[in-house]
Amino acid sequence: MVVNAEGIPIRTTLDNSTTVQYAGLLHQLTMKAKSTVRDIDPQNDLTFLRIRSKKHEIMVAPDKEYLLIAIQNPCE
Amino acid sequence: MEIVYVYVKKRSEFGKQCNFSDRQAELNIDIPPNPELAKQFVERNPVDTGIQCSTSMSEHEANTERFEMETRGVNHIEGGWPKDVNPLELEQTIRFRKKVEKDENYVNTIMRLGSIVEHCIKQNNAIDIYQEYFDDEDAVEVMEEAPSAKTVNVFRDPQEIKRPATHISLHPDGNRKLAVAYSCLNFQRAPEGMSNESYIWDLENPNRPEIVLKPSSPLVTLEYNPKDSHVLLAGCYNGQIACWDTRKGSLVAELSTIEFSHRDPVYGTIWLQSKTGTECFSASTDGQVMWWDVRKMSEPTEVVIMDITKKEQLEHALGATSLEFEATLPTKFMVGTEQGIVISCNRKAKTPAEKIVCTFSGHHGPIYALQRNPFYPKNFLTVGDWTARIWSEDSRESSIMWTKYHMAYLTDGAWSPVRPAVFFTTKMDGTLDIWDFVFKQCDPALSLKVCDEALFCLRVQDNGCFIACGSQLGTTTLLEVSNGLCTLQRNEKNMVSSIFERETRREKILETRHREMRLKEKGKAEGKDSHPREEKPALNLEQLVTEAEEEFFDVIFTELKRREAEAMKEKPKPLKPPSLETEDEVEGEEQGKEERDREESPTLEGQP
Repeated sequence: MVVNAEGIPIRTTLDNSTTVQYAGLLHQLTMKAKSTVRDIDPQNDLTFLRIRSKKHEIMVAPDKEYLLIAIQNPCE
Repeated sequence: MEIVYVYVKKRSEFGKQCNFSDRQAELNIDIPPNPELAKQFVERNPVDTGIQCSTSMSEHEANTERFEMETRGVNHIEGGWPKDVNPLELEQTIRFRKKVEKDENYVNTIMRLGSIVEHCIKQNNAIDIYQEYFDDEDAVEVMEEAPSAKTVNVFRDPQEIKRPATHISLHPDGNRKLAVAYSCLNFQRAPEGMSNESYIWDLENPNRPEIVLKPSSPLVTLEYNPKDSHVLLAGCYNGQIACWDTRKGSLVAELSTIEFSHRDPVYGTIWLQSKTGTECFSASTDGQVMWWDVRKMSEPTEVVIMDITKKEQLEHALGATSLEFEATLPTKFMVGTEQGIVISCNRKAKTPAEKIVCTFSGHHGPIYALQRNPFYPKNFLTVGDWTARIWSEDSRESSIMWTKYHMAYLTDGAWSPVRPAVFFTTKMDGTLDIWDFVFKQCDPALSLKVCDEALFCLRVQDNGCFIACGSQLGTTTLLEVSNGLCTLQRNEKNMVSSIFERETRREKILETRHREMRLKEKGKAEGKDSHPREEKPALNLEQLVTEAEEEFFDVIFTELKRREAEAMKEKPKPLKPPSLETEDEVEGEEQGKEERDREESPTLEGQP
């Protein structure tokens, strides 16, 4: 799904409630991760965030204004 | 050699102010170096010494103040929409979205980001990066660390008047909760205004109990139903049995009628394995063991009286202080009594007299804990008076293994559900002992002082890792033990079974020997029955004493005479060198002294 800088889902392939949940939570997490990377090295920046859990993997590609989130079921 | 400097002061000048003055240095003593002494030392070349050039630091520990936490939920609603768009209106949101999509920047960004994400997705599809390649390596782990345990959480009684925690039960699935029964077991010494409540704690929140149980009389024991985790069974101080359903609230769901309940505090309640999952039984110091069905608590389904003379007399019954039931042996159960005897019973016996199968006696005081070894049910652990004993069902005369007598009374004990050689005991001085008898047999493997007051009860979690112990002031401490004590060691089962077998065999041999000796004595006594008259005067105590004295004196005198003879032999030997002669004379003198002493002592003792 595609989320904008305020956390509003623009385009999505999931149902609304899940989208809203993912959008809100991942947006905050990405902000936090970005600021962490920046804190450690001010010249560094977050390019990609991958969260692997038992059931699936969440991939987040951040940008200045938008966020592209993909959720995949790894082939295990 | 003392170095002394003498000075003289007038008595009138004592206490006078000191007036310091300068004077030349005087040489009082000059001690030149003595090179002879250097010969006692060996010169060492080269010499190693350690130097560190760094800042000197010190270590300091500080305990932070207890942090009170509260869990609260947050309500998420959709947000972030600009002011003119109402998130509930589908049309407006669609319009907004379409507007954003038409933005050029949007398209470029998405193309770029899309390619990055595609790359990662393809990566994932190609290889599973978390696949276990080295599974075999994990098996070869040698646990060399010393056993240790640390406190995870402490649950304090929120009441003003602190009550001892008498029983702990862990939630059957997941062990997220802890039910603790609080009551004051000292007869009629419960302080005024002591609350009857008992609590169920959530392990995450030590500040406030999750559920409060409100009985009419304080609870002595409390057990979760292993089949249904919402139901709890409790034994009250006044002898009643109570049952709670946590879904229904904190008041009692079922309560047994007081006429048919026990007459003394109920010390043991256990759920039984049954199809309905509603059967339980209880034991109390009034000497009765009762079976109940929770659906009908008005009277017990069965009552057995703990009378070891098998006459079913309540007056001779022994008070029960602990109860044991193992699900794998559903017809047998064991009762530990106040008199220090363990009674093993069979529920399915036809007559009540046959219900009591055998007894094991060995403790000097009430048996507070009784549990079969989860791996070897024939062996069981009893904790009472100042020792913990391990018994085997085959050996009825005495326990097969026991700990030494401790300084403090032992209050509770339990086996570890994971390791057959490990068991835990708690004492009145607030220490928790962890015993591992394949590691060390005379002392506990680990002895921890949990708190300053006495510990009353103990419970081990099913994975053997967590132990909860309750103290006299109602503080329940949750401890986590180190890995070594909760993982099964290699060969442990074999070692434990061989230890048990060996000890059982030893006890059996001793038993047979004792029996033989007793039979012999009986035989002797029977043989002497033909001379009973001659035996009788000997039974007179005074005559026994005089006989003993005479024997004693005889022995002394023969000894004296022997020594005199020896002394006489040694004196006519003047050819020996002078030093030895003097030794002989000294010996002779000493012997003479001894004889004189001996002569004196019998005369002293001879005067009653």
